[in-house]
Amino acid sequence: MLTGDAARRQARAADAAARVIRAERSRILATLIRVTGDVELAEDATQDAIVRALRTWPRDGVPDNPRGWLLVVARRRAVDVIRREVRRVGKEAEAVALLDPAPDSPEAVRDDLLRLVFTCCHPALSLDAQVALALRTLGGLATGEVARALVVPEATMTKRLTRAKQKITRAGIPYRIPAAEELPGRLAGVAATVYLIFNEGYAAGAGDDLIRVGLADEGLRLARLLVELMPDEPTVLGLLALVLLQDSRRAARVGVDGRPLLLAEQDRSRWDRAAIGAGVELVGRGLRRTPDHPDRYVVQAAIAACHALAPSYDRTPWDAVISWYDVLLTVHDTAVVRLNRAAAVAERDGPAAGLALVDTLVGLADYPWFHATRGELLHRLGRAAEAATAYRAALALDLNGPQAARLRDRLAEC
Amino acid sequence: MPTYIALTYTADVDWSSPEQADEMAEYREFGAAARAVIRGGSALYPTATATTVRVTGGRGGDVLTTDGPYAETKEALTGFYLLECADLDEAVATVAQLPAAWNGAVEVRPIIPV
Repeated sequence: MLTGDAARRQARAADAAARVIRAERSRILATLIRVTGDVELAEDATQDAIVRALRTWPRDGVPDNPRGWLLVVARRRAVDVIRREVRRVGKEAEAVALLDPAPDSPEAVRDDLLRLVFTCCHPALSLDAQVALALRTLGGLATGEVARALVVPEATMTKRLTRAKQKITRAGIPYRIPAAEELPGRLAGVAATVYLIFNEGYAAGAGDDLIRVGLADEGLRLARLLVELMPDEPTVLGLLALVLLQDSRRAARVGVDGRPLLLAEQDRSRWDRAAIGAGVELVGRGLRRTPDHPDRYVVQAAIAACHALAPSYDRTPWDAVISWYDVLLTVHDTAVVRLNRAAAVAERDGPAAGLALVDTLVGLADYPWFHATRGELLHRLGRAAEAATAYRAALALDLNGPQAARLRDRLAEC
Repeated sequence: MPTYIALTYTADVDWSSPEQADEMAEYREFGAAARAVIRGGSALYPTATATTVRVTGGRGGDVLTTDGPYAETKEALTGFYLLECADLDEAVATVAQLPAAWNGAVEVRPIIPV
């Protein structure tokens, strides 16, 4: 039996091992997919190596080169599986190629991870499949964890992941970093997937839905990974900036009663200054790299930075916010962006000016925040009956519990 | 290298009629440009010439034929190509040059190798 000290030491060693494994898992997997050309086999081999590491590292300590250790074990496992296959179908060459210890330079590891990023976020996969694959392979979540985070039954998620991997193999989705001319378009797809993951968690709020909130951390982690892999790409810099700036408000977003608080109501002393500083710095880096053609994420992050740096809601630089929205409209003209711009105009020029803009928008009938914004502006204009109708229209649409509770409060004030 | 079938879905036109000559010329241009990856393919007569066949009650059962295509859709299956490409990206880049891609849609499917 272990003494207390020994047990504690072993628990610490197990923690350390788990941390290292978490950090290395996606890299090992990415390399294994390249050398085996088979996602399923690579996952099995990686999992096998991890199981062995979890068994031996807490006892013997984490090896000096954990990645090398895991890679050797995973490769050996893959070779075993392929050798068995060889006897069946004669794939001699594949097993031989695997035995050849490919150079494990930092560049090679980075390129493998990039291949994995672009394969998981390939436009031939549905957005649902992209999100699931990114969480599973890049985030290293177990299938059950992915299912719970996305509020999908585990069997459904298993099927979704199997289908996605099958499509990659069968349809010949390449395991490749896109060429320079395709890169901007493909990066926009990657950024959209990562932002969706972050937002799934962020929008879920806090408190009653902690598993979903974990998605915000996953989104943040993936955005950091993208910056690590592509430190000069403005889209990636803008994405991480945007995510950091939004996440900086996490502690202040929810009131004591669990209700979400608007920007105007938040206690700004609880905003995460370190995250804001990092976000603002990234906005600057992104802007310097896009002097001619603004990047959507960098501009969205610039808007978030205007809010993050304002000492109080009353002192928000609305002129700057509105100007950034005008820039955003030149590269990303959507009704939702126009709605947000109208809300900023309402703050600067009054509710009537904002409402006039909101009422020109079409195609937002199913978007609850369109009705909620109209309700708010009508309420400020003293048009109580119309405001109530607008709040009811918002409440009839898909909102999470705390958001709906908030709107019901507003409705009661009409 | 994987082989793909590219199914073209367009207006249900008669490719053999002189009215379609201009568009057929565009498809011939595609055929010449993509010769390196094309392994086969054909334009199809309109869906009015289609016959859909079912056998009821399992093998050897009654053969039931109906006039017309399997599915009545606004855009119809009007042709196909077999393409041998390095990967899906190359297949997508290739079919993006087909007139059907802007006049309708092209479905790309990998074929099972034998």
